Order: sequence, then structure tokens, then C-alpha cells
Amino acid sequence: MNGVPMAHGLVLAAVLFALGLAGLMFRRNMVFMLLSLEVMLNAAGLAFIVAGTAWGQAEGQAMFLLVITLAAAEASVGLALLNQLYRRFKTLDIDTASGMRG
Amino acid sequence: MIATLPLTFLLPLAGTLILAFFGARLGARGSAGVGVSSVALAALATALLAHAYLAAPEAQTLTLWRWIAVGDFQPTIGLRLDGLSLTLLGVITGVGLLIHWFAAWYMHGEEGVTRFYAYMNLFVASMVLLVLGDNLLLLFLGWEGVGLCSYLLIGHYYRTAANVRAAFKAFLVTRIGDAFLAIGLFLLFRELGTLDIAELLRRAPERWAAGDPGVELAALLLLGGALGKSAQLPLHTWLADAMAGPTPVSALIHAATMVTAGVYLVARLHGVFLLAPGVLWLTGAIGALTLLAAGCAALAQTDIKRVLAYSTMSQIGYMFLALGVAGFEAAIFHLMTHAFFKALLFLAAGSVIVSCHHEQDLRRLGGLWRRLPLAYAGFLVGGAALAALPLVTAGFYSKDAILWQAFAAGHGELLLAGLLGSLLTALYTLRLIVGIFHGAAGSDGARRAESGKGLAHGLPLVSLMLLSTVLGAWIEPPLAGVLPAPQHGPAGWHLALEVLAGSVALLGIALGAWLFLYRRAWLAERVAQGRGARLWRLWHHGWGFDAAYEGLLVRPYRGLVSGLRGDAIDALGQRPARLAGWLHGALSRTQGGKLRFYAVSMVIGATLILLVMVAAA
Repeated sequence: MNGVPMAHGLVLAAVLFALGLAGLMFRRNMVFMLLSLEVMLNAAGLAFIVAGTAWGQAEGQAMFLLVITLAAAEASVGLALLNQLYRRFKTLDIDTASGMRG
Repeated sequence: MIATLPLTFLLPLAGTLILAFFGARLGARGSAGVGVSSVALAALATALLAHAYLAAPEAQTLTLWRWIAVGDFQPTIGLRLDGLSLTLLGVITGVGLLIHWFAAWYMHGEEGVTRFYAYMNLFVASMVLLVLGDNLLLLFLGWEGVGLCSYLLIGHYYRTAANVRAAFKAFLVTRIGDAFLAIGLFLLFRELGTLDIAELLRRAPERWAAGDPGVELAALLLLGGALGKSAQLPLHTWLADAMAGPTPVSALIHAATMVTAGVYLVARLHGVFLLAPGVLWLTGAIGALTLLAAGCAALAQTDIKRVLAYSTMSQIGYMFLALGVAGFEAAIFHLMTHAFFKALLFLAAGSVIVSCHHEQDLRRLGGLWRRLPLAYAGFLVGGAALAALPLVTAGFYSKDAILWQAFAAGHGELLLAGLLGSLLTALYTLRLIVGIFHGAAGSDGARRAESGKGLAHGLPLVSLMLLSTVLGAWIEPPLAGVLPAPQHGPAGWHLALEVLAGSVALLGIALGAWLFLYRRAWLAERVAQGRGARLWRLWHHGWGFDAAYEGLLVRPYRGLVSGLRGDAIDALGQRPARLAGWLHGALSRTQGGKLRFYAVSMVIGATLILLVMVAAA
């Protein structure tokens, strides 16, 4: 593959990762936090693909399959937690679940 | 036969373990049964050993195993059976059995019977180890063991603060002596390279000439240990307070066995003491002083057990006097007879105390001789032996042996002290007996006294009564060969001394009877005011030793301690503690429970680590 330089792909991955991270840190709604997590995971996956393609190696794609699997597992656990949060607190605000303060 | 020797301490030890682990299931009666029977079996083993030993008197050593091996220092768990240890063994298990049995009656219906018997059995095991140990380290183990049991049993009624203080005091004061003893052992090991007693006695004369400062120091340190354990001046203050324990404890530990351990120690290490004439003289002098001082103090006590406690100090003073004039056999003989009649007196006192519903103040007792005939007989026989009534009592023969040794060694001043002491002994004995059994009862408890019943009450008293008479004096401790032979003074004087000692005792008894039976009002008037009252107060408080120690040692020490609390070094030590506390507070505040805060912290931390890695690369 040619045309798109590796640096551009990696910058895009970094931007996506930063957006996801910012969303994770600053959103209080848990749905959006989970969405941000997905964005971050996919940013990492994108970096694997870009690097794998640039160096002509298949491991990048293999890692992306693992990342997708992980993202699916994470989404199921995360949605179960979301469900519990809503049932307990009748809200999706993550700051209400702060019972473990030291 | 020697193989049964370990049983004498293993059986009581087994009793302790059974009581410790299964005591709750056994209940009070079962506990008493275990406690008494373990000592009974130990006494049986002792009887078999004594039978075999007397048939063929030969000292034997049984080494069980090597205890510690550090270079040349290889003490063993070794037991030595000879005349001296056999005599002590007989007293411990024999008199111990009678006291254990009596305690089954005395402790009936009290709480903590299991605990009581567990500690009593442990005491017997420790005391047997003390006298059987063939090296000083094993002796020291037993020595500390009996001290511990004494502490535990004095504090048996631990709900009363005063009893706990008494136990603590006994532990601390004897501990001072124990420290001396331990340093003495270190010194002996450094100088002689062994703690084995037989080897020690062999090497001591080779290492030291008589009167060498080294041996004098070693003997002085050993004497310090003996003084603490045997409640002699100036470490005697604990014994009177030790009467806070149950009366059988006072009989076994604070009259018959443990307090005489100091006498045993000096007799066992006689070779060291004979090389140190200065310390030997000091031993006799301390004995004489204690016997007079404690005799006077006994005259002015109002608690019957305290009278007996001061009397015990005074009688052990006799033993130290005998040791001081190198009359080791006489000292051990008096140790044995004293164990008989003092145990009898304590058990009889226990009988009176329980019969009168725990009344033990002389002023509140009285007129009991008709109601408590057995206790009265016990006090008469025991008191006669204590006052050395000539010819018919055991105490007369042993005390006479001591006085004769003092005379034969040419110590006129000690002989005089001994004679004066026997006058005092007769006086306080008469005061005690008259106070309890004659006159008018001073309290409801005494008026409603009910005599003890049953075998456990009667048989120990009767057995000890028999042993306190001349029958007890016929038991001749097989000490020849173990201890130096007694001195033979000028021929023909012995009878004269016996007559003199006998008449002093008789004079004391007559004087006491006259004073306390017919001159009570006059006496009461004397001690109520003026010089008599001051003397009474001085003697009542045991010559003011307690107050002096309180003022000279305890209070300055407490002041020092409270002054040193929060000093510079302590404050420095507080710094790290306070820093840790502050850090703890800061870190626990970060645990806010906010998920987003955690996420931000993680990002910041990861960024910092990445930056550091990049900077380092």
C-alpha cells in the first residue's frame, strides 16, 4: 500500500485516542464514557493496522482482531455495569457511584 | 530404679497439661482429682526411689538429653539423685501431696479450682527440676519456674487490685535476687568453664584460693539470689504481702518449699561458699538479723497469715545462720522439719479461716478451741514445734542442731541471736494461738464457726501433726557424703547447750502464756500509747522497710519515668510516626470514590512516566 504516509495514519490514531481519552475523563454520563473507551480501543487498533501495513507485516491485522474481541468483551461487561448503575441510582451520572471513597 | 526419676517432675507436668487442655470438661471435682493424683503418683515414685536409695546409698546421675550445644557450653537435661536432692524431693512431693489434698477441701466451692491446680502442679514440677538439676542452668530453669508459679498463685484472686499488686511485688523483688543469681552463673561459667555442679565443685578449689576476691564475688552474687528467693533481709518485703494467695499456696510455696530454695542453693554450692569466708560470715549475719527482725515483726501482726509469714522469714533466718557457720546438714534438717510444722500451721490456719467464713484478723477471732478441735490440735502441735518445745517436737532437734553448729564453729554472737530468736518465737507463737483460740470471739464469723469435715480436711492435718512431733525428727536426711560433715564442738557441751536452748524455749512459752493469757489488758494499754505504740507501729509495718523502699526507690523511679516521658529522644522518635500519619491522611483523601478523578490521575501518571522515559532515552 502506498500514498498515505505512515505518519498521517498514526497522527489520526493519536487524535482519535486523545478524543476518546478526553471524553473518558470529562464526560459524566456513563454511556458516553463507554463510547469514548470504544473510540480509544479503535484508535489503538488503527495504529496497529497502519504500522502493520507500512512494514508489510501481518501481525498488525492479527492484533486488530484481538482488539475487536477485547472491545466486544469490554462492551458486554460495560453495558452490564451500566445496567446495574441505572438500576441502583436511577441515573447514568458516574459521580453518584462514589461509595468507595477512602 | 533411677529411670523412675524423671517421673517425679513429668507426672505433675502432665497434670498441668491435662488441666490446661481439658480442665473445662473436668469440672471442679475432676480438676482436684487430677491435681491431687498427679502429685500422689510423683510422691509414690519418690517413695520407691527413696527405698532403693536407702538400701544402696550411691549418688547417681541420669542424663536425659543435651539441652544446648554452643562450643564448650553444653548443658544437659541431667538429673542428680543424692541424699540432698532426695531429701528435698521427699519434702516437695510428700508435703506437697498433703497440701494438694487439703486444698481439695479448702478450695471447695471457690472459682478457679482448675487454674489453681494447674499452677500448683506446674509449681511441683518446677520445684522438682530445681532440686534435681545436675547443672546450674537447669536449676535456674526450675528457679524461674517456681517464681512464675508463685506470682500466678499469689494473684489467684485477681479481681482484687491489692492481690495483683502483691503478686507483682513478689515477682519484682525476687527478680532482683534472680538477676544477681544469673550474673553469678555467668561469672562462674567464665571463671570455671562449666555449670555442671559436681564439676564446678571440683574445679572451684583448683581455680581459687580461699578468700580470693573472685570467689567472694561469685558467692556474693549467688547469695543475692538466695536472699531474694528465701525472703531474707533486705529482699524480704514480698513474703508478708504474698499471703494474698490461697492458704494452701502459702503452705506449699511460701513456707515449705520455694522459699527454702535459697537454702538449698547455698547448701548445694557449699564448695564455693566455703572458699569465701567473708560471704559465709555475711550469710550467717543476715540470717541472724532476719530471724530477730522478723521475730519482732511477727509479734505485732494482726493477720494470722502475716504472723506465720514473718515466722517463716525468721525460721529461714535460722537456716541461713546455720549455713553461715558451715552447718549445712543442720540447715537442711531444719528445712525439712520446718516444712512439716509450718505447713501444718498454715493448713490449720486455712482450716480456721474457712471455718470462720474467711475471717483472718486476730482481733476478730478468739475462743475457738472448743469449736475447732482439730485446728486447735494442729496449732498446738505445730506451734510447739515452732517454739521448739524440748524433747517431744521435731523443731527442737533441728533448732538445737543449728545452735550447736553455731557454738561448735565458735560464733558466740550468732548463738546468742539464735537463743534470743527462740524466745521471740515462743512469744509470737503463744500470742497467735491464744489470740485465735482463747478469750472471747470478736466477730460473728468466729461465733458461727463450723469445723471442717472429711478426709481431705482431717488426714493432711493429722499426718503433718505426726511429722511435727519427735517422729519427724527421726527422719534422718541421708546427707553424709553430699555435704561436709558437721563440726564436732567441745565434748560434753552439747547436753549443756540443749538444756540451755530447752529452758529458753520453755521460758518463752511460760512468759508468753503469762503475758497473753493473764496480762492482756495491761499489754493492750502498753501498746495503745507512748513508746509502746511507736514500737508497735514500727513492728506492725515490718520495721518500715516497705515505706523506705517506697520512698527511696519506687517514688524516685516513678518520678524519673514521668519526667522522661516526652523527652528529646522520645520527641525525635515521634517524628516518623507523625509523618506517616500525615502521609496516610493525604493519600486516603485521594480515594474520593470518583471514577473520573481516578482516570485523570492515571492519565497524568502515565504521561509523566512516558515523559521520564523519553527524557531518559
